[in-house]
Amino acid sequence: MNSAVIADTMNKDFVLAVEGLTVSFDGFKAVNDLSFYVDENEIRVIIGPNGAGKTTVLDLICGRTKATTGSIRFKDRELTKMKEHEIVRAGVGRKFQNPSIYEDLTVFENLEISYPKGRSVPGALTFRRDRAVKERVQEIAETIFLADQLDQRAEYLSHGQKQWLEIGMLLIQDPELLMLDEPVAGMSVSERKKTAELLNTIIKNRSVIVIEHDMKFVEDIAHKVTVLHQGKILSEGSMAKVQADPKVVEVYLGH
Amino acid sequence: MFKSDRTFFLRPQDMIGIAVLAFLLIVILPLTLDNFRLQFVGKYLTYAFVALGLVLCWGYAGILSLGQGVFFGLGGYCMAMFLKLESSSVEATKIQTTPGIPDFMDWNQITELPYMWQPFNSLTLTLIAVILVPALFAFIVGFAMFKRRVGGVYFAIITQALAAIMTILIIGQQGYTGGINGITDLRTLNGWDIRTDSAKTILYFVCVALLIACILIAYFVKSSKLGRILVAMRDKEDRVRFSGYDVANFKVFVFCLAASLSAIGGAMFTLQVGFMSPSFVGIVPSIEMVIYAAVGGRLSILGAIYGTLLVNWAKTSFSESFPELWLFGLGGLFIAVVLIFPNGIAGLWQTYIAPRLGPLFGGTAARRASPPATPPASPPPSAAAPAAAE
Repeated sequence: MNSAVIADTMNKDFVLAVEGLTVSFDGFKAVNDLSFYVDENEIRVIIGPNGAGKTTVLDLICGRTKATTGSIRFKDRELTKMKEHEIVRAGVGRKFQNPSIYEDLTVFENLEISYPKGRSVPGALTFRRDRAVKERVQEIAETIFLADQLDQRAEYLSHGQKQWLEIGMLLIQDPELLMLDEPVAGMSVSERKKTAELLNTIIKNRSVIVIEHDMKFVEDIAHKVTVLHQGKILSEGSMAKVQADPKVVEVYLGH
Repeated sequence: MFKSDRTFFLRPQDMIGIAVLAFLLIVILPLTLDNFRLQFVGKYLTYAFVALGLVLCWGYAGILSLGQGVFFGLGGYCMAMFLKLESSSVEATKIQTTPGIPDFMDWNQITELPYMWQPFNSLTLTLIAVILVPALFAFIVGFAMFKRRVGGVYFAIITQALAAIMTILIIGQQGYTGGINGITDLRTLNGWDIRTDSAKTILYFVCVALLIACILIAYFVKSSKLGRILVAMRDKEDRVRFSGYDVANFKVFVFCLAASLSAIGGAMFTLQVGFMSPSFVGIVPSIEMVIYAAVGGRLSILGAIYGTLLVNWAKTSFSESFPELWLFGLGGLFIAVVLIFPNGIAGLWQTYIAPRLGPLFGGTAARRASPPATPPASPPPSAAAPAAAE
C-alpha cells in the first residue's frame, strides 16, 4: 500500500485537494501556499516542528479558520466557503488536540449527540432514542472500549478514555475524512497501544489525516507523510523517504 | 446496559416534585394565607416564569441574560394595552378632548389611536402578541448576537444595555406608552372586573395553572435531545459545532423560549397587579430576576420557582420592617449564593436532604445523588452537584 499511493497522482479523484492554501494572521503567514492531495482510504500523517502550522491546516479544512487565499476541495465541494457544521455534514470529522467531550453528560449522551440525526432545532426537540440509535451507540462504545461505561458521566473517565470517547463521537458520524490532532498525546504506553489498534480498525473505508509527534506511532500507521515547516511543505512521501531527506533531518536535528 | 429507556419526558422524581409544588400552590397556600397575602404570592409567581426561562437559558445553555425584564415588560405591556383600551371606551372617557383613546394619550395631545395600538382591541391578537412580540424581539437580538458568536460577558452586557434602552424608550415616548407612570387604571378583561378579591383569587389559580404548564414545557425541552445539546454547548461549544450543529440556532431558540416564558409572567403580572410600568423593565428588576434563579438553583427548574418565592417573601417581610436594608440583604444573598452554594437551594437540597429522603421514594433520589459507580479519583465536592441538580 505504501508505494501505491506515492506516484500516479494525475487524473485521479482525490478525496481532499488542498491548493495554494494561505492564511495570514496580521501579516504572519501561518500556512503559506500549501498544496497537497489525499486519496481515498489513505492515511496521511502530518509532522513538523512546533509552530509549523499543522493544527492550522486542520483548522482551515474544518472551517474553524478562514483561508486568506487558496482552495480546499472535498469530493469536489469547495470547503472554504462553507460553514463549520456544513463541512461536518458533508463528511469531514475533526478531533481536537485536547480531549473535547461533554463532561456533564454521560458517555451514552456524548455519543448520542454526535449521532447524525436531529441536528436542527425541531429535529433535536423531536429526536427519539430509538433502537437504531441505541444499537449504534452500543456498537461504537464497544469499538472504543467504553461499553461498560455508558452511564458514567464523562468527567470521570481517564485521559485516555476521554480521547477514545472523542474518537467514538467522530466514528458515529461515519465521516469520509477523519482528522485527528495528536490522538496519542499524553497517553500511557498501554493506552497508546490500544489506540493504535483502535485507529487501525476505524481507518477502514475512510481517509484519515493525523497530526502526530510520536515517530514510532507514525511509522506504524502512515501511508504517506507530509512534513510541514514554517507553513510550507518541506518534504512529502513515504516514511522512509522523508526520514532520509536531509532537509527534514536538518529541521528536526539541526537547530 | 444503560438506563436510557425513558419513554416519558418526566422521571418519577420530577413528577413527585411537580406534584408537591402544585399541592403547595393550589391547596396549602390558599388555605393558610389570607387574600391579601395570597395576592402577593400570585405576584411573586409571575416572576417565577422569568426564573424558569433563566434556568433554561442561563443554567442549561450558559447564556446569561441581564435583560429578562425587557421581555417580562413586553408581555406585561401587551396585556396592559388591551386592558387599557377596554377601559377607555368612548363613554368612560367622554370628558377628554378625544374620547375613546387612553387618557395619557389625550394628555399628550394625541388625537387618534396609534397604529401600534390597533391590534390590542382584540383579546385574541393580544394573547398572541404576549407570546410572539417578545419572542420576535428576542429572535432579532439573538440572531444578531449569536450568529456573530457574541457570547458570555459581552452578551450579558448587551442585554443589560437593552434593558436600559427599553426603559428610556418607554419613559420618553409618553404619549404612546404612558411614560414613567406606565399604563394604569386597568379595570376589566372582556367585561370581567379584575379588581375584585374573587377575580384576584381566580387569577391566582390561572397563574398557577399556567406556571405548571410552563414547567412541563421546560421539562420537555430539558429532557429532549435539545436539552442535552444545550448542556453540551455550555461545556464545549466547538465540539457541538464540529458535530454538525448550527450552534447559533439553538441559542436563538432557547433565548426566544425564555423570552416568551418571561412574557407570560409579565402578562399575568399586569392582570393581577392591575398596572404595568417601566420600573419592571429596567436593569434593577432584570438583575433581581437573575438572583431569583441563582438563589433557587440555576440548574433546577423547580428550584428556581422556590427561589423566586423565597427571595420575594424575604423582600416583602424585610422591606416591611427595614426598608433601607433590603438592597444590602439582596446583595448579601447573591454573594452568599456565589461563594457558598453555587447551585442554590436546589444544590443544597440535592446534597444534604435528597439522599436522606432517597429510601422513601424508591431510592431514585439517592441513586442520583450518589457519585457514579467507579469514579477514578475522588471528585471535587462541587462536581457531584450539577449532576444531582439535573
